[in-house]
Amino acid sequence: MKKSTYKFNNVYIKGTGTAVGPLEKEGPLGAYFDRDYQDNYCEEKNWESAEQRLLNDAITIAIASSGLKNEAIDLAISGDLINQNAVSNYVMRDFPFPLLGMYGACSTAMLTLLTAALFIESKKFHHIIAATSSHNSTAERQFRYPTEYGGPKPETATFTVTGAGSAVVSSDVTNIRVSSATIGRVIDANQNDPNDMGTAMAPAASDTIIRHLRDLHLTPNYYDMIITGDLSKVGSKVLLDIMAEEGFDISKFHEDCGKIIYSESQPVFSGGSGCACCAVVTYGYIKHLLETRKLNRVLVVAKGALTGVQTCALPIWSVT
Amino acid sequence: MRKDYTKIIKRNTLKPKYFRNGAVAFVVGGLIGVFGQGLSDLYINIFKMSKDNANSLMTVTLILLSAITTGLGIYDHLGQFAGAGAFVPITGFANSMTSAALEGKSEGITLGIGAGMFKLAGSVIVFGVVASYILGTIRYLFFQ
Repeated sequence: MKKSTYKFNNVYIKGTGTAVGPLEKEGPLGAYFDRDYQDNYCEEKNWESAEQRLLNDAITIAIASSGLKNEAIDLAISGDLINQNAVSNYVMRDFPFPLLGMYGACSTAMLTLLTAALFIESKKFHHIIAATSSHNSTAERQFRYPTEYGGPKPETATFTVTGAGSAVVSSDVTNIRVSSATIGRVIDANQNDPNDMGTAMAPAASDTIIRHLRDLHLTPNYYDMIITGDLSKVGSKVLLDIMAEEGFDISKFHEDCGKIIYSESQPVFSGGSGCACCAVVTYGYIKHLLETRKLNRVLVVAKGALTGVQTCALPIWSVT
Repeated sequence: MRKDYTKIIKRNTLKPKYFRNGAVAFVVGGLIGVFGQGLSDLYINIFKMSKDNANSLMTVTLILLSAITTGLGIYDHLGQFAGAGAFVPITGFANSMTSAALEGKSEGITLGIGAGMFKLAGSVIVFGVVASYILGTIRYLFFQ
């Protein structure tokens, strides 16, 4: 099989920004997020506006933390879960740089970062914003049932994270480097339950992790942590099982953003999901761990499921 | 893709708690029924209504209560707890319409609330009408 892993020599993370809703703030990682709101409306009139507010915050904070001015940014690459990437497009009215909209379902966080990294590596760009957002209520409306609908959800269901995360990807040297990326294949696991996306995505996650390791001739323990986007409790178990069958034992250093963003006592079923899940955990918590040298090399695996057809794509981020 | 993914997936997934779900649905659904019967008796005995009028008013009362609790954000928690016990009675139907209407509010009155209201209830109405048409025909042909 042809390789689909790309190495980068001069791609760095210059700044990050995260904004979250109340439930994410109350979770175990609450302290690592830059901004939070008291309720899901985020001081706005409706949920769509709330999601825009979150994304706007994340981008503004990311630019501020990078020490750059708006004028220095060459491009924004952003995506969300709403029809026509509406949230990203509306938010970018407030910024002077051009937008490249992307859709990758829950893989958007790493999809935008990967694209930004390839652009930076081409040397035609210096500073690119990679951003994404999701909101529990807008996603419920888009993909599932009205929020106040009384139909019960099974324990395998995931809970869309309300939040937004953004990074300034840059050719300026900083202490966090994006070293390589693997673009995932579409793997149809033949699952069709929108209330069980973890199992649908686990085969794709394992496929990309294995190809990443083979392409770079690495063993899993090269990384201090392999963190998946939103497989949740159910999907993580499936992933570890598949990896073990394939001869890779990653159980000791595998984490899942959807599992760690909420605590056991929060009413989130199997864990978090959505674009923002991987984005806020990576740009908030993982970035902190890298900066404080608690971790040195992290492999982030984000993947998305299309409700209805359930296919998956996943880009990978590794930092050295 | 590996052929045995389904096997791996199967051995790692949770089985729904059929007995617990069935028992809770039976009790909660039953309690809603008892409450409706109580209302009906109240209207007949205290307000001296005819049986037909009392039953209609009982239905309307349940729909009203369901709509109010949906608006207050209570009914979806009951639904999560009781499952079919909360959505099979008429209160569940009212909840599906109210929740869809609430959701449509930000899209405007006509196409948001007006059209959105039937997003979930629409299929119930369609198949309800189709089923009653078929059963009505059978009854007319064979049991008249």
